Amino acid sequence: MATTQNPPTVSPIGRDTVRIEGARKVTGVAQYTSDFHFPGMLYAVPVGATIANGRITSLDTAAAEKMPGVHAVLHRGNIGKIFRSTVQPGFEGICEERRPPFEDDVVRYYGQYIALAVAETFEAAKGAADAVRATYVTEKPNVELHLEADNDPDTVMTSFGPRERLDSHRGDPDGAFASAPVKLDYTYVTPTETHNPLETHATTAIWDGQSLTLYESAQGVVNLRGVIAQMFGLPIENVRVITKYVGSGFGGKLFPWTHCSLAAAAARQVGAPVRLVLSRKMMFHAVGHRPRTQQRVRIGATPQGKLLSLQHDYIYQRSMLEAHHEDCGEATPFHYSVPNLRVTFGRAKRNIGAGADMRGPGAVPGLYATESAMNELAHQLKLDPVQLRIMNEPKIDEGKGLPFSSRHMIESLQLGSEKFGWSKRTAGIGSMKRDGLTLGWGMAGCAWLAGRFAAAASVQLRDDGTTRVACATQDIGTGTYTNLAQLAAFKAGVPLEKVEVALGDSSLPPGPISGGSLATPSIVPAVFAAGDAAIGSLKMVAVSTPGSPFLGRNPDDLGFENGRVFAKSDGVAKGVAFADVLQRANLRLVTGSGNSPMMFGDPDAKFSTHSFGCHFAEVTWQPEIARLRVSRVVTVIDAGKILNTLAGRNQIQGAVVMGVGMALLEHTSYDPQNGAPINSSMADYIVAVNADAPAIEVHFLDYPDKVVNELGARGIGEIGLAGIAAAITDAVHHATGVRVRELPVKIENLLA
Amino acid sequence: MRMFEFQRPENTTAAITTASKAKTAQQGADVRFLAGGTTLIDLMKLEVETPERLLDINRLPFDKIEATPNGGLKIGATVRNSDLAHDQKVQRDYSVLSQAILSGASAQLRNMATTAGNLLQRTRCMYFRDTAMPCNKRQPGTGCAAITGANRMLAILGTSEHCIATNPSDMCVAMAALEATIHVQSAKSSREIAFSDFHLLPGNTPHRETVLEPGNLVTHVTLPPPKSGSKQVYLKLRDRASYEFALASTAVVITIANGTVNYVRIALGGVGTKPWRSAEAEAFLIGKAPDHASFRRAAEAALHGAKAQSENGFKIELAKRCIVHALETAVTG
Repeated sequence: MATTQNPPTVSPIGRDTVRIEGARKVTGVAQYTSDFHFPGMLYAVPVGATIANGRITSLDTAAAEKMPGVHAVLHRGNIGKIFRSTVQPGFEGICEERRPPFEDDVVRYYGQYIALAVAETFEAAKGAADAVRATYVTEKPNVELHLEADNDPDTVMTSFGPRERLDSHRGDPDGAFASAPVKLDYTYVTPTETHNPLETHATTAIWDGQSLTLYESAQGVVNLRGVIAQMFGLPIENVRVITKYVGSGFGGKLFPWTHCSLAAAAARQVGAPVRLVLSRKMMFHAVGHRPRTQQRVRIGATPQGKLLSLQHDYIYQRSMLEAHHEDCGEATPFHYSVPNLRVTFGRAKRNIGAGADMRGPGAVPGLYATESAMNELAHQLKLDPVQLRIMNEPKIDEGKGLPFSSRHMIESLQLGSEKFGWSKRTAGIGSMKRDGLTLGWGMAGCAWLAGRFAAAASVQLRDDGTTRVACATQDIGTGTYTNLAQLAAFKAGVPLEKVEVALGDSSLPPGPISGGSLATPSIVPAVFAAGDAAIGSLKMVAVSTPGSPFLGRNPDDLGFENGRVFAKSDGVAKGVAFADVLQRANLRLVTGSGNSPMMFGDPDAKFSTHSFGCHFAEVTWQPEIARLRVSRVVTVIDAGKILNTLAGRNQIQGAVVMGVGMALLEHTSYDPQNGAPINSSMADYIVAVNADAPAIEVHFLDYPDKVVNELGARGIGEIGLAGIAAAITDAVHHATGVRVRELPVKIENLLA
Repeated sequence: MRMFEFQRPENTTAAITTASKAKTAQQGADVRFLAGGTTLIDLMKLEVETPERLLDINRLPFDKIEATPNGGLKIGATVRNSDLAHDQKVQRDYSVLSQAILSGASAQLRNMATTAGNLLQRTRCMYFRDTAMPCNKRQPGTGCAAITGANRMLAILGTSEHCIATNPSDMCVAMAALEATIHVQSAKSSREIAFSDFHLLPGNTPHRETVLEPGNLVTHVTLPPPKSGSKQVYLKLRDRASYEFALASTAVVITIANGTVNYVRIALGGVGTKPWRSAEAEAFLIGKAPDHASFRRAAEAALHGAKAQSENGFKIELAKRCIVHALETAVTG
C-alpha cells in the first residue's frame, strides 16, 4: 500500500509558480461578483447628486416609479433604518465613509447618492434613475487645488483612530536647519488619483428576513461583514460576505462604501436579491481616491552631503465628513540617518468624496517628495545620488530607536547600480544620447511597511491524499490562492494540484484584509500552525487505529515529512502516507486550526520591520516634439523571502507600470465650477497602457525576515510603486533640465 | 440608453426615404444611420444622442475600395478603418491616411469604425459627453462649461465664445491634407462636397457640425490621384504612447523640386474645432527652401490665429513643433 500519495519532487516555496486559478480566469469559469445570478434578482442603479455642495430641496420620483419594470425608487423617506458603524478591535469596523446613504439632505460632494432605482432589468433601473429629478439649493463647492491646513487640533480622529499631527520629532529640526551650511526647501505636490481597477465595484445583496448575504468585490470580507452587521443592527453571524475573485482593487475595495449598504437596504426593502454594479463614472464619486497632497520638505546638510536636519510637513485634502489619513510621513523617520527631524501633517477640507488607501497609501506620495528632495540635494551638491544615500544610511530605525529586522539598502543600491549600468551616467543635463534621443537617468530608494495582521486558517488532510486550506482572506489578483496552496502543499507534503483553496468567504476562519502588503506575511504562521495541528490529529489517529503500524506508540515519537507519518526511530523511508492512515481509520479527513498573532503597530515591538529597495529609471526625450517616454527600469526589492517569484516579479512590474502613470499621466480633475470629477472615464483618466510600459528588470534580494514569520516572507504588493515617481522625475530632470515638483509631469512643463 | 427602433433598410433609397423624415441631421437627430457605432452607441449610452430610430446601413453596398477612372480612389462609406489603413493602394499612394488611421483608437475600434462614421466622429469634450453639464453643442443656449473648466484637450483654432470642442478624428486630418471629396446622396439628387467645406465652425451654432441635411447619406469618399513623388507623414503627439486622442497632430503631403517646395498640404488635428487645413502655412512654403527656418515660419503662420484657453495654451507651441517635425521627417525620410 502507500501508493495513493506521491510527495512533491521540489519545494513549492520560493519558485516561479503559475497561478492555480489562472485557467479559471482565462476560460471564464471564475465568477466575479457581478457574475452571480439568483432567481428573481433585481437591478439597482444609484442616482448621484449633480452638485457638490448644497442641500436637496425636493426629489421627484413619481415618473421613475411609474416606469415599466421598476419595483422601487428608494430615497431618504423610504430606505428604512441604516445605522452608523464604528471602529471595533481588529478589522471589524473600518469604513472610510461612515455616513449611511441618505442620512440627511446635505450634499457634500458631486455624485453623492441621493436615490436608488430598483427594477427588473439593468436598463429599466438606469432609465428610472435618470428620470429622478432633484432640485437643490446650491453653494459654490470648494475644490481649490492649493491646500492650506485647516485649523485642526493637535490630535485628530482618523479612520483608524486618533493620530497626533506632530507625527515624529527628534533633536532640534528648526535650529539645525537654520544653521545648516547647505539648505534645501521645496514643496512637492501629488494629484488626486482614482483607483480604477478593471472590475468596478459591485454588490449583490440577498436578504432572507433575518440574514444578509453579500456578494461583493471586496479586499476585506471580514471587516465588511463587521461594518454591515453594525449598519443593519444584525448579529455578526447573520451576515455573510462572499468574494471569490476580484478584478483588482488597488486599495479602493479595502473597506465598504455606501453602495454596499444601499444594495443591502434595497434587498431588505423589496424582498428580492438586488445587484448593484457601479459604472466607471461612479468610480470617481463615492468609492475613494488617493487624496491630493502638498508636501514641504526641508533638508539641512553639510557640504559633503551628510544630513543634519529633515522636516517633512505635509497637507492633504479630505472630504467634509470623513477622516481618511494619508500617512505621507510613514517612511520619513527611518529612511535616512539624520539627527534632527520633524514630520507633521495638516488637512484641508474639500467638497469631494472620502479619500481612501490607494496602493502604497501615504508612503508612495511621501517618498515621491522626500526622495525627490534627496535627488535635488545630490544635484545641488554635485554628488552621485546613490552615494548620497549610502552616505546617509541609518544603522537603526532612528524614528523608533529600534534595530531593523532585515535591511539591505546598500546592497540594493549597489546591485541596482550594477544592473542598470549607473556608473556610465554622465551628470550633465541632456548629456547622454542614444539613437538620436536624449536620455535621462534617475534613481530613488523605496520602503514599505512589513508585519502581520491577525489571521486564522484551517488545514485539512484528506483520505484521497488531498489537502484543503481555508482562510477568509481574498485574492485581489495578486496570487493569494496560489500562496495559500503553496503553504499548504509545503506543510502537508503534497503537490500543488492536490491542494484545494477556500478563501473570500467570511464564514471561513477570519483572515486578513488584502491590504498593506500584509496578507501574505499574515497567513504564513496561521497556515503553518493549522497544518501542524492537522498533523497532530493525524498522529493521534495513527497511534490509535487498529492495524496501523504505529498502533500504541506515543504520538510524540512520530514524525511527518513529505506527506508521510513515520516513527522517528525507523526513519521516513518506512513512513505511511496520510491518505493511508486516514483510510485505515475510515476517516475522510483531519482538520487543524491555526492563528497568526497581530504584529502591526505593536508598542512593544523589538524590531522595525520594513521592506526596502530602489529603482533606476531611464527616459528618452525628444525636445523637438516634446515627447518623453520611460524606456527602461531596473528595480531591486528587499522584501524577505519571495514565496512565488513569478507572481512576485509580476507585482513589481505592474507597480512600475503604475509608477509610469503616477509620474507622467494620472490625475483626477475636479471641475472648478461645479466640483464634478470631470475626467471620469477611461478615455479621459489617462493611465499607462502597454505601449507605455518600459523594459523592466526586477531583482529580489531574497533575505528571509524571520521576525515577520517563520518563512521570512514580507509582502510585495505596494513597495514597487514607492519611489518610482521620484526616479522618473529625476530622469526627466537629467534629460530636460526641468525639475517638476507637481505630478504628473506634463508636456506643458517640458515645452519651455 | 433610451429605447429606440432598429431598422435595416433593404436598399439605399429606403434608407434615405426614412431618414428624410428626421427633423435634423445634426445634434439631437431623431433618426441616425448606424455604421460601426463606435461613436453613436457610446453617445447613446451616455444619452448625449437619443435617436428614436437607427437605420443600419452596414449591409448596403458601400464597403468597397475601388480605383476611380481618373486614377484616384473611391472609399465606400462602410469600409472599416482597419481595412482602409491596410489597403495596399492606400499604403502605397496615400500613406498619410494609413498612418493617421493607425495612430487612432485601438485595433478593436478600428475593426468596427467606418469611413463615414469617422467623418462624423463627435468631440471628446468631457462637458459635451456629460448630460449633467451645460454644453452649447449638446443643448444650445446652456453655455460652455469647458471655457471655465477643464479645457486642456480642447481647441485653439476655430473656436467661438460658444464652443471650443476639438474635432478628435485622425483620419479626417489626413483626408483634409489629401483634399478628399465627400459624396452625399439624398432623395432627389447627389452632391459632392469638398472636404474643407464638409465640417462647420461652431460660431454661434455649435450644434451644427456638418453641412448634412436630413436624408443625406454619405455613400463614399474619393481621393484625387496621388501626388507623384510626394512625401507623406502623419505625426500625432499625445501624453501616452497609444490609445489617446491627439494633443496636436499634423498630416503633411509635400513635394520638392529644384530645391524648393513646389507642392504642400498641411492639416492639423487635436487643435481645431474641425479638421484644420492651413492654407496660410501652405501658401508660405511654396517656393521656399525645405529647411527648418521655413518650416518654423510656416508653423507660425498656421497657428497665427490660435486662441488659448486657461489650460491649453501649450498646444500652440506643441502644434508648431508637430508641423515642423512632420515636414522635416517628410523631406528627410
